[in-house]
Formats: sequence, C-alpha cells, structure tokens
Amino acid sequence: MSAVVTRTAPSPWRALLRPGTLIPAIVLLVAIAWAVAPGLFTGISPTASVGPSLQAPSAEHWFGTDSTGRDVFARVIHGASQSISGALIAVLVGLVVGTTIGVAAGATGGLVEEALMRVVDVLLAIPSLLLSLSVVILLGFGTTNAAIAVGITSIAVFARLARSQVVGVRVSEYVEAAYGSGGTALGVLWRHILPNSLTPVIALAALQLGSAILQISTLGFLGYGAPPPTPEWGLLIAEGRNYVATAWWLTVLPGVVVVLVVLATNRLSQAIRGGEAA
Amino acid sequence: MLYVLRRAGQAVLVLLLAFTVAYLLLAALPGDGVLARYGSAELGLTPEQLAEISAAYGNDRPLVVRFLDAGVGFLTGDFGYSIQSGAAVADLVAVALPSTLLLAGLGLGVAIFLAVSIAFTATYGKGRWLRRAFRNLPPFFVSLPVFWIGIILIQVFSFQLGLVPLINADPVEALILPVLTLAIPIAAPLAQVLMRSIDEVREQPFVTVVRARGASTSWLLWRNVARNALLPTLTMAGLLFGELVGGAVVTEAVFGRPGLGQLTAQAVANRDTPVLLAVVVITTVTFVIINLLVDLLYPVLDARLRRPSTARAAAPRATGSKPTSSAPKKGALR
Repeated sequence: MSAVVTRTAPSPWRALLRPGTLIPAIVLLVAIAWAVAPGLFTGISPTASVGPSLQAPSAEHWFGTDSTGRDVFARVIHGASQSISGALIAVLVGLVVGTTIGVAAGATGGLVEEALMRVVDVLLAIPSLLLSLSVVILLGFGTTNAAIAVGITSIAVFARLARSQVVGVRVSEYVEAAYGSGGTALGVLWRHILPNSLTPVIALAALQLGSAILQISTLGFLGYGAPPPTPEWGLLIAEGRNYVATAWWLTVLPGVVVVLVVLATNRLSQAIRGGEAA
Repeated sequence: MLYVLRRAGQAVLVLLLAFTVAYLLLAALPGDGVLARYGSAELGLTPEQLAEISAAYGNDRPLVVRFLDAGVGFLTGDFGYSIQSGAAVADLVAVALPSTLLLAGLGLGVAIFLAVSIAFTATYGKGRWLRRAFRNLPPFFVSLPVFWIGIILIQVFSFQLGLVPLINADPVEALILPVLTLAIPIAAPLAQVLMRSIDEVREQPFVTVVRARGASTSWLLWRNVARNALLPTLTMAGLLFGELVGGAVVTEAVFGRPGLGQLTAQAVANRDTPVLLAVVVITTVTFVIINLLVDLLYPVLDARLRRPSTARAAAPRATGSKPTSSAPKKGALR
C-alpha cells in the first residue's frame, strides 16, 4: 500500500499520521501480513482438528472452534491469503485492462474511441454480480477464477475514469507544447498524459480493493469460490451458517474481520484522494 | 426529438451488443451444460450418445445459426430450455419472478426510507455528534457483506431476541428480515448521494433567501432542498437496479427464499447456461430501459436542461461512487 501512497502525492504522508488514517493503515498492514506470512501469527493449521468442536472463543482459541474442531482464528488468518490475493488479482485485472481500454479510447479518439466505449457500456449494462457469475460459469469455480470474474466487472469503471482523465489532459496546453516541441504521440502519451491523468485511477484501484474483497467473499459464500476445506472468508461464513443458533462466533467474528478490512481500504482510498466526501 | 431518437438508438445498440456478449460467454460453449448433466460416469453414456443429446438441443448447428435462432427466440419470449430440468426457461422465470419482485420492491421502498432518514439526520439533525454518526453510516453500510448482514439479522432478531420466527413464519414475517437485508446495502449509496446534494443545495443563495423570508427548516427541506436533491438521486436508478439484482441473489440464498435469485444461483451451480443467459438478458434489458428513461426524464424534470443543445450528449450517467475528475493536475496551466 505504501508504494501507492508515495506514487500519488506527497501530502498524504502528513495525513497518514492522523488516527483516522493510521488505524485503517494498521488494519490493512496486519491483513496483508496475515496473507503473506500466516505462520507468524498462528502455529495452528487451518485444516487440522485441534480441540473439541464448537468451543466458544477462549484464550486458547481466540475465535473458538468450528464444527469439526478447527481453530477459527487460524482459518481466518490463513483465509487472508485467499481473499486478499484474490482481491489483488481482481483489481489488477480491472486496472490493467480497464485503464488500457480507457487510455486507448481517450488518446486515439474517433471511431476507435466510439467502439471501445460501446464495449464499456455493455459491461456496465450487465449487473455486476450476474456478469461475474457468467464468467465463473465459463471459467469454472475457484478463487482465482472468481477473482478474474470480479476483476472483469470493474473494467468498465476503470475504463470510463481513465478515458475522462486522458481526454481532459489531452487538450491542455502543456500537451500541445510537447507535441509542438517534436514529441511523438507515444512519447507524449507516456511522459505527459499518463502521469498527469492516472492519480484518480490509482485512488479508484484502492477503493476497488475493498469492494473486490466483498465480491469475492460473496462468490465464496455462494459456493463458487475455493472448494470447502480451503479457508476462504466467504466460505468460512457460509460454513458457520448452520450453527447460527448455537455458535455465533463462527459467522460473527470472520465477518467482523472482513468488514474491518473493507472499511480500512475504503478509508485509505479516501485519504489517497485527499478529500472528505466519499 | 433528435436527442430522443439518438439516445434510444444507442440503447438498442448496447442491448444488441450485450446480448451478443452474454451469448458468446454463456452459449458458445454448448457441451458444458450437457456434459454436466449427462456426462457423469454413473449414467454410462457413450460419447456418441452424448453427441446425440447435444444434437437434440440443437447444439450441432453452426454458431451463427444458433445465435440468430436464440436472438429471435428472446424477442418472442422463448428463452429455450433448462439443461438441468428440461423445463422451459420462460416458465421457470415466470414462476420465480413475483416473489423476487415483491422482495425487491419492498427492499427498494425501505431503502429509500432509510436513505432519506439518514441523509436528513446527517445534514439537519440535532447535535453535531448525531450528525457525525449518521454521516458515517453509509460508508459503514457499504463495507458490509450482504450475506453477512442477513446472517447477523437472523442471529439477532430470530435467535437472540426471538422477535421474528424463522420456522413456521407467515408470509409477512418471512419477508421482514430479507427486505431489511436487501435494503441496507442499497440505502447506503442512495444516502451518500442525497447527503452530497443536500450539502450542495443548501449552499445555494436561494436557500438563504427562503430562510430569510421565514421558512421553517422542514418547509425548506421538503419544498426546496429535497426537490433539488432529487435529480442527482435519479441518475442512481440504474446502479440501484444492479445492486437490487445482486442483492436479491444473495438474500434469497441466505434465507432460502424461492425466486429469481435462487434460480440464478442454482443455474450457476448446475452450469445451466440457458437459465443464466435468460436472467442476464432480462436484467440487462431492464437496466438499459431504466437508464434510457432516466436520461429522457432528466430534461423534463430539470428545466435547465431543456435547451436543445448537444451538451446533453455528455450527460452524467449512474456509474457508482467513484472519484470525480477534480483531482489537481500537476504542472497544468503554468
């Protein structure tokens, strides 16, 4: 995340020290650390039975145990790698494909732009969950496939934003000046147009990270993500659903973790944008 | 008039393209569904027999022919047959639709009520603390997984408080929690847009004038601010519809309610592509029509937009909460 902050603007560094930004940053860092090195946070295997089933949270098992005696906290920690790497894949797909389409449309104009933006309209016209379900049915189930499906739903948003940014920059005087001083189309695009138009796109990528986590967990909950023994966050909550009456911790605690991480990414993307309004 | 025609033509074009994309995604690989249904080893069907079944579904014809056939079928309300059950998809949808429409309609109603309450309290509520709390509600709601909201509601209201029975519930009781589940994530973006536009409108000079003439806060809210804030909210209609569809799928899965969402979820689980194709096409048509209506209604509702200019071609469309393009462009205009 810090790479994004340094890329965009120097001012967020000061803002980073405010509690409103610091706490989300810490939450996100912890979640990423869980994803990268789950072994550091728990020595318990996410798939092994380590105690009696359906134990309430205790000092030994922070989030209690599930119906087969697995440690829920360990499963949540190991699930972070599934959910967060999935979200990163999703954002990457949307960012790369969407921005390419948007920049291509904005930079070329004319018929190419018209054609590309109609494609974007089509992607926008299909409700995002149905679009991702269609892709999932095509690619098959699994976390990576679900992540790609979620990424495809965000292509349109990235493309629209990137295009509007590029179109705005393209007509500015300094771009004209760059052309005037002998810049080639690609050179000007790379050196002047892209650096000056992509900050909001990066902010959108941060915002999409949260929504990608939500969408991937939704697909996992519906059973289209990773297969059962895998500790994916949505699946984790789906598995605890049958014990709502007797074991609240199976659904509440993993859900709280998801909500905290998503809230944190949303706050941070706001901070990157440097604005108050969402 | 020219604008209306152009906009309608654009909508038809998008629809055609969307149908093509959906068809290519879902129907261009015909073997899958048939294989998923008949390909299991227990049935012991030979590859020849599988090919025969595939041919019975008309899958041996060239793609273009099948595509045109499907297109004509969709225009006449014939959505083909479910691979899983063999029933006509049109019948399946017709059976599932009323329950989902009821759920979605009520959910939207509750969401609008929630959003208006949140937005008004956040902007005109008594006490800074209260306003702050309500202002932070929508970002919080947006961060909640819909399925988790449903589970938590069941936990709190059915099991802890025992207010809403889950078993042997009458139809009204069975609707309460699903409607709430659906309403919360939809209320959030709506409240955000309402709050933003109320904030903008109340800065306008005319509000001060009305206030100076002795208008009370509620008069001001309902007569002036709300009317002006309504327009930006209208552009959200398409987005909200998408959220409603997605929300219905998840909500019906959580509560085990029969309906279009349940049908969709089952279709995906069984790789029943004709059903999913029909659902995708129907919702896309609805989405495009809603956006078309909003775009056409906009000049009717807002007199400022009634000028016959081409500037309207770049009208804002609902694309969700995304950063506006007001970021500072470094080094520009020096």
